[in-house]
Order: sequence, then C-alpha cells, then structure tokens
Amino acid sequence: MSPKIPLTTPRASATFDDYTLSEIRRAASTGIYDIRGGGAKRRVPHFDDLLFLGASISRYPLEGYREKCSTNVTLGTRFAKKPIELKIPITIAGMSFGALSANAKEALGRGASIAGTSTTTGDGGMTPEERGQSKTLVYQYLPSRYGMNPDDLRKADAIEVVVGQGAKPGGGGMLLGQKISDRVAEMRNLPKGIDQRSACRHPDWTGPDDLEIKILELREITNWEKPIYIKVGGTRPYYDVALAVKAGADVIVLDGMQGGTAATQEVFIEHVGLPTLACIRPAVQSLQDLGMHRKVQLIVSGGIRNGADVAKALALGADAVSIGIAALAALGDNDPALEAEYEKLGTRAGCYDDWHEGRDPAGITTQDPELAKRLDPVRAGRRLANFLKVMTLEVQTIARAAGHNNIHNLEPEDLCALTIEAAAMARVPLAGTSWIPGVNGSGGL
Amino acid sequence: MQQLIGDLMRTFDLAQSPLRELNEELHRQTDGSNEAHWEVLNPRGGHAIAVGIDAPIKVDVRGSVGYYCAGMNKKATVTVHGSAGPGVAENMMSGKVVIKGDASQYAGATGRGGLLVIEGNASSRCGISMKGIDIVVKGNIGHMSAFMAQSGHLVVLGDAGDALGDSIYEAKLFVRGKVKSLGADCIEKEMRPEHHEALAKLLAGAGITDAKASEFRRYGSARKLYNFNIDNADAY
Repeated sequence: MSPKIPLTTPRASATFDDYTLSEIRRAASTGIYDIRGGGAKRRVPHFDDLLFLGASISRYPLEGYREKCSTNVTLGTRFAKKPIELKIPITIAGMSFGALSANAKEALGRGASIAGTSTTTGDGGMTPEERGQSKTLVYQYLPSRYGMNPDDLRKADAIEVVVGQGAKPGGGGMLLGQKISDRVAEMRNLPKGIDQRSACRHPDWTGPDDLEIKILELREITNWEKPIYIKVGGTRPYYDVALAVKAGADVIVLDGMQGGTAATQEVFIEHVGLPTLACIRPAVQSLQDLGMHRKVQLIVSGGIRNGADVAKALALGADAVSIGIAALAALGDNDPALEAEYEKLGTRAGCYDDWHEGRDPAGITTQDPELAKRLDPVRAGRRLANFLKVMTLEVQTIARAAGHNNIHNLEPEDLCALTIEAAAMARVPLAGTSWIPGVNGSGGL
Repeated sequence: MQQLIGDLMRTFDLAQSPLRELNEELHRQTDGSNEAHWEVLNPRGGHAIAVGIDAPIKVDVRGSVGYYCAGMNKKATVTVHGSAGPGVAENMMSGKVVIKGDASQYAGATGRGGLLVIEGNASSRCGISMKGIDIVVKGNIGHMSAFMAQSGHLVVLGDAGDALGDSIYEAKLFVRGKVKSLGADCIEKEMRPEHHEALAKLLAGAGITDAKASEFRRYGSARKLYNFNIDNADAY
C-alpha cells in the first residue's frame, strides 16, 4: 500500500475567477452578450478613498444645527432668463419612462419636489405623472428624440442635451421588447415588443460647432428662458467640458462610470469610461482655465451614495451632484425584504440588475402593471425626500466641521487621500503628506 | 425693422433686425392671428430661422437659410425661396415646409408630422429617425436616408444614395429612380392598391402633377432585426 500523498488545497484562479467563468458559460450557452442595468460594479478609486480634515487650531468649526450653513444652488446663470433655484445641490438624474414605471417616475418627482430639488426625464419623453409631480423638471434632449415635442420642451424648466452617459459613453439607449408596452410603444412611435436600440449620436448634429447651432435653435424655440445643460459621460473631461462651454452650455453634467443605465452591455459598463473621481478635477480645471468656474455650473454624477460623497464632489469643485441608483434604492429597489423574489430571479437583494427584463419585484424597473402597482408613489416619494434630506444634513455636518457656512465653500484643501491613486485623481495630498502625485514631487510633510 | 404691408402681410428684414426679434414675433402668433402672412428678407444663410412656430400662419423666407430652419414647426406653412442648410424642419409636428432649392443633411430629421417638400435635391440622412412626417423630394437624396425611420413616408422622384432605409422600422419609402443600395433590414416591397392611393395623395399634396404613383417602387422593413438574434450579428 503506497503512502498517502498529501493533496494541495484547490486553488481558484485570480484571473479566471468564478464570475468570469460563469460569464464564459453564459455566453457559450446563449450567443448573446450580457445585458444589465446599473453602473460599473468593479472597485475603482472613489470618494471613499478621500477624507475630510475637519477643523482644529488652524481652522475653526461652525456649531452643528445652530450656525447657518447654506445649501441652495442656482443653475443656469450664464444665458438663461429663468435659471433654476434649488434648495439642495442634489438632483435626480435622467431615467426614462419605459425603463421605469410611471409610478416610479411620479415618486421621483414627488420626492425631489418635497426636498426642493429637480428631477429629469429620460429617453422616452415626458409623462404627465412626472410633470405634474415635479416642481422643477429637466427635459432630456436625446439622440433618439423619442417623445420629443415643442410643447413639452416649453413645459420643462431646463433642457438637458444628452451627449453621453458614464455607464456607456459612446453608446446609445437600449430597451428590450419585454418593456415595450402599448404606452411605451406609442410614446416612442415604435412597434410593440421589439428590441429598441436608440442611436448613440444625435441625428441632426455632429461635433461641437453643430452643437452650438443646435443650442441656438433650442434657445430660440424656448425664447432663451430655460437653462441648457449638456450631459457627457466621463471620457476626456478637460476637453469635453471646454467644448461644452464653447457650444454655449449653461450647465454641464458629467457622469462617471459608476453612473447607472437602464440596460446596456456588461462589457461596456465595466470597460469604457473614467471613474467619477478621475473626472472632476480635469473638468473643474477646464472651467477655471476658461474663467467659467461657477459661471457655467458643473453637476457631477456616478456613484453618489451619501452626504460624504456629495461633500467631496463639491469640495473638488462641483456645483451640484445628481443621483440615480441611490434614488432607486431609496424608493425600494433591491430591498432585502424582497429576498425570496430576488432568489426566484436567480439573484440576491443588492445584486439585482436585470432591469431590462421588466420583472422587478419592487415595481420600479418594470412596465408590468401588476408589478408596477406594488410601488406607492406617495410613500416612495416620501422615502426619497427623507433620503435627500439626510444627505443634505450630512453635507452640512461635514461643511460646518470644516468651518464653512456654505457647503459650496468646501474646497480641495479640506481633503486628503488614502491612496496614491485617489490622491493623483482628486489632486489632493496623500494623507499625512503634502504629496500630490502628478502635481508635486514632494513626499515630505 | 418691421413694416405693415396691406392688412395681413408683415415683412421682417434680418439685415435690419435680429433673429431673436423675428422668432419672438412669430411665437406671439396664435390660431386666430390677423398677422397671418410673414415675409422674411435677407436670411443670408442664418440659423434657426422661423423655429418653434405654433400657429397656422404663412412665412415666406426670401433667400437661403442655414441650420434648422422651421425646426419643430407646428401648423405653419414655411416656404424657403432658396436652399436650406442641415436639419431643415427637424422634429416638425405639423404644417408644411417647402424648400424651393436644395436641402443639406438631415432634412426632416425626427419629424413627427406635417409635410416637407424639397423641390431640389436633399443631401445625406434625409428623413433620419423620422417619426410620422411625410417628406417629398423632387430631386435625388443622399446616402443613409431614412436611417432608423420609424413612421411616415419618404417620397423621392429622383435617385436614392447608398444604404437607403438602414435599420428602418415602419416608415414607408417610395423611390421613382434608382436606389444605389439598401441598408440593413430594408427591402423592396409590393406596391399594393393602398400604397398607390397613399402615394397619389402625397404627390398631390406636394403639388406634383408630372409623376404617377405607378412609376415608384416601395421599400420598407424586413423586420428581421426587430428582436436580437446573434446569427444576424453581421447585419449590425
């Protein structure tokens, strides 16, 4: 009898990990790339890699709850006759009726209005539910032009020309047949049940020179009243921001790769675009170089989850932020209370991202009338308002602790970074040093 | 400078007054307007002329225009006595736009209703993403016309360039001349009596008397790309 040979412990490959192998099997079985909703799930340098320094002897703080700390922001001061006044600098990002149920859109409008901020339409036009419940509504002008018409354009409080988004910069929209209900089909002039892929480029302009003329047209149609936003995905923020300014934007929306989408290819979401953290400083630098910082407002989105993230984005130079995935979570998306139903869909609460399939047990990313009924727009709107208020209090808490009576006075000097990567991207010193990689060569104090 | 000519016609000279004033005046017009006829002088290739009108008025532009003339038009009849730059009558909702000369790229893009008549030629991407508009071109049209066209009609008395109707949905295309090539999922279809009838109406609406519906061929969607199939991937 031969002596027993000790076995090595089974070793999984770091390269071919469980998820990677499961994707190979899925692709081999179906012949279709993986489509999902949401933003990048991989770990990238983010706001968690930054810390606020707080006040001490060299700075003195403001009294929490007692000394005033302003949060309001005005957007669209450059050209628009009627700029938007918001009580808080946290807006709701564009999400389409089609991707979301009518109840979910209404809930977003209600929540935003209670909290004193704006919400945004999406790639499917404006619904009466949404307009009716949104005190301030931004109307997206997208390549597909689904539902676009001058009446709704005039009903909007601002117009957002969407050039790209962080989840898929360079990509167009996608709404699969399961969600093209009668009402969605009618609003988009499409046959019911088809897989709808909307264009990645606008049909009637290419490049910044054309965009300038397109903006002129939109302003002329709306009598120069409404702020014009330009939304770009995070790719080349320094140059894209400069070109947006040149094209005549009042406001620039800059969306990093953690920003969500209703549906696109997984390979797109995870492998194209810049992390939000890497976008902000080049964008702000671009505005500063043009003498337009604070004159053209910058809204940053992509992975904003709490007041700390908001405070950090503002400190890096943003005028406001926008939330999408966090807003859906506040409405009730991915709630563990629905765990049993998520399991039936082959996933878990917190991981559910097959929004394109329209089987959302929370009733948010669906056009199924029975599922959609599960979301009470009044209650869900209240939850969103609560969340927005908590975030705002959190930003104020940090701003007061850093000695600021206005959250927009937060600045890069208030921050340090925990990693060299984050220090380089945010252009703030590595914690405990004065070293900003790429900016100065000093590793000392 | 604006002057009253007769009871109804007003003349607006863009060499004298800015575009903003013109569009503002045109936006003031409503259904019952007694200023029902406008003449615009010296457009000089300017952009965004007569955009966003929402009244059944008549506007004659005496000369050539730049981008987006008559954009998002509702109810008005806008005639350009010259040529038009890119995106003429883009996203038109209703009414009628007539271009006496040629039109540049994206004529009638995303239009949702009304009639666009181009008496000369139209460049590439004519009727791109059209959503219900009717477009009649007396001359030829360029490549990628009716790209992703969703609904409405595109009538071409001359020839069509490459990739006509690429990724087309339910728009109907009628071409009298040659089609250089058809785009993905666009095929020739049978001209049935209802198509002859619809086409005859469109020709009449455009004031065309020297072309018969029977001289046209019809093109539309093969509907093979409506739902994704990996075996059609080479068509994308």
